[in-house]
Amino acid sequence: MPEKKKNGEPLIRLAKRDSLAPAARIGIRLGSLLIALLFCGILIFAITGLNPVVVYRTMFEGAFGTKTRIWSTVKEMMMLACIAIGLAPAFKMRFWNIGAEGQVLIGGIVTAACMLYLKTLPSPLLLALMFAGSAVAGALWALLPAVFKAKWNTNETLFTLMMNYVAIQLTSFFVAKWENPFGSNTVGIINQNGMQGWFPALFGTRYFISVILVLLFAVLMFVYLKYTKHGYEIAVVGASENTARYAGINVGWVMIRTMLLSGAICGLAGFMAVAGASHTISVSTAGGRGFTAIIVAWLARFDSATMLLISLLLAFLQSGAGEIASKCKLNDYASQMIIGIILFFILGSEFFINYRCIFRGKAGKGEA
Amino acid sequence: MSSLISLLQAAVYFGTVIMFGCIGEILTEKAGNLNLGVPGIMYLGGISSLVAVFLYEGATENPQPALCVLIALLASFLGAALGGLIYAFLTITLRANQNVTGLALSIFGSGVANFFGGSLNTLAGRFEQISVPVTSAAFRKTVPFLSGLGAVGKIFFSYGFMVYLAVILAGVMQYFLHHTRSGLNLRTVGENPQAADAAGIDVTKNKYLAICIGAGICGFGGAYYVMDYIKGTWANDGSIEKLGWLAVALVIFATWKARNAIWGAYLFGVLYWMYLYIPGLTRASQEIFKMLPYVVTIIVLVVTSLRNSREKQPPAALGQAYFREER
Repeated sequence: MPEKKKNGEPLIRLAKRDSLAPAARIGIRLGSLLIALLFCGILIFAITGLNPVVVYRTMFEGAFGTKTRIWSTVKEMMMLACIAIGLAPAFKMRFWNIGAEGQVLIGGIVTAACMLYLKTLPSPLLLALMFAGSAVAGALWALLPAVFKAKWNTNETLFTLMMNYVAIQLTSFFVAKWENPFGSNTVGIINQNGMQGWFPALFGTRYFISVILVLLFAVLMFVYLKYTKHGYEIAVVGASENTARYAGINVGWVMIRTMLLSGAICGLAGFMAVAGASHTISVSTAGGRGFTAIIVAWLARFDSATMLLISLLLAFLQSGAGEIASKCKLNDYASQMIIGIILFFILGSEFFINYRCIFRGKAGKGEA
Repeated sequence: MSSLISLLQAAVYFGTVIMFGCIGEILTEKAGNLNLGVPGIMYLGGISSLVAVFLYEGATENPQPALCVLIALLASFLGAALGGLIYAFLTITLRANQNVTGLALSIFGSGVANFFGGSLNTLAGRFEQISVPVTSAAFRKTVPFLSGLGAVGKIFFSYGFMVYLAVILAGVMQYFLHHTRSGLNLRTVGENPQAADAAGIDVTKNKYLAICIGAGICGFGGAYYVMDYIKGTWANDGSIEKLGWLAVALVIFATWKARNAIWGAYLFGVLYWMYLYIPGLTRASQEIFKMLPYVVTIIVLVVTSLRNSREKQPPAALGQAYFREER
């Protein structure tokens, strides 16, 4: 360290914390979130001259003001949470699955294909086929990088990243192939008249089934990671591959198995996006959520409930910033900017959870 | 013949954007930091240059072309380096995860750039569509005399100065990384930070410098895209983002060597635009053709890992935070 002074002791030393009380953890995270919101408020004020309090109230109205808005925020939240839940086991294993975007799209393509070509089937059978097909497609899309990582240690971050763009082009291919009406370069609403393959409405909304499915996934993933042998193996591989090998865990197989699961859930997110929400397919079916969900899973430390909460926060910011943008005639990319800033703050706050600073002169007191 | 020439020209335009991104990312990755924020950084570079020149051209009666270019380059470098600084601070000083921080930077950068790019007019209260005619013309000025030399002139000399700057920069980067002492130190930091630290190399300083300067170079790619590729306007269509990821892909394709980035970038350009020059393709099958650069990158990635040759591997400590007190 450059700042060595008289006693040869640096001004600030860092030490890893063993553990921090849960209350303190939550406190640090909430604190960083508050500072981030404050910072964004000042920034919005500087750019637009609007009163930050009014801005946040407008955002709240934009996200939760009417029933339709609440459902659209919930829809966004569930989509993000579903992908994050899918990514959680892979990331816990320290397998960098950056390919969720592609896995979602592949699931969406298969779903749309079923809706287009199998619409004569009875509805329950069709939905079951769409469910299974999208899960298998997502799993297979994730399998390829997993096999290469397991066998030849091919860098999975870069491999899965590239697979996204192959999937995006594949989506564009099918959009051009299925376009309706001709020349519009969009698929349009699939089965608009018969609604074959659409989620049936429950309690007055078609999103209800998606909500139930995602909550079910959340609970199952929590149990899987925490209380099963598989979950334990994932944790060991994530902590140290060598330890896992020494303990007799077949690391390659755990990787492949976990990635199949991860890809399948991401594929199902595509299924829900197509059959449960938009009823069409385009490259914006995933729309960058595959990347955002990575941050959600990471910040939540793969805990299901926290993933749902962070997804809610991001969905709120998304719809809220959209409202400000349309009210002030600015474009709605403002939401991405705000999300980025908030993520920076939360990411930075992790440091204070994992490390503590020891100032010169005070050493010895808090030493463990 | 003329269609071949126009394909090559399109490939050079396209390749130059990603070559800047690739050179910057090679510098960053050689110091052991995988920065997935390249798309965001290129966005920041592009918008900074546009805003700076927009303000300058709006404020003066007779904007000087040379000054315009200087302002654009300086602004893009600084804007992008600032993005790099955020990433460096979070990953080095606060030891946040590199991949996650990089992705957050990509979201942030594209948000900032598209926000200002899209609302610059509303905020400034003038002009219909943003345009910076003087600067754009200066960027697109071709090599005098030589560009008139028939086919050869068209293929080699019909570009703005940034195309040549990219090639020169790639050469300089190759020389710096593999033939100078500071380059060797930097690579040691990326391969084995513990050893570098023990040998008295300042790991933190090397990483900070590599990330910020690397980001600045990526920013040139954004500036070239805005000023030359789309002729001094702004487009909210996400194409910089796509190009940014291709730049990351190109780093792998070039196996972390700046000299390979030169021909790799042009090859990516040819692969990307080839569909326009193959007769009888439907619009759907064109999309399949646009997959080629990514598929080729995957193949390169797989082949290098299969052959396992030491020369062609990623830096050994790529993506890992260095914490001296940790064993």
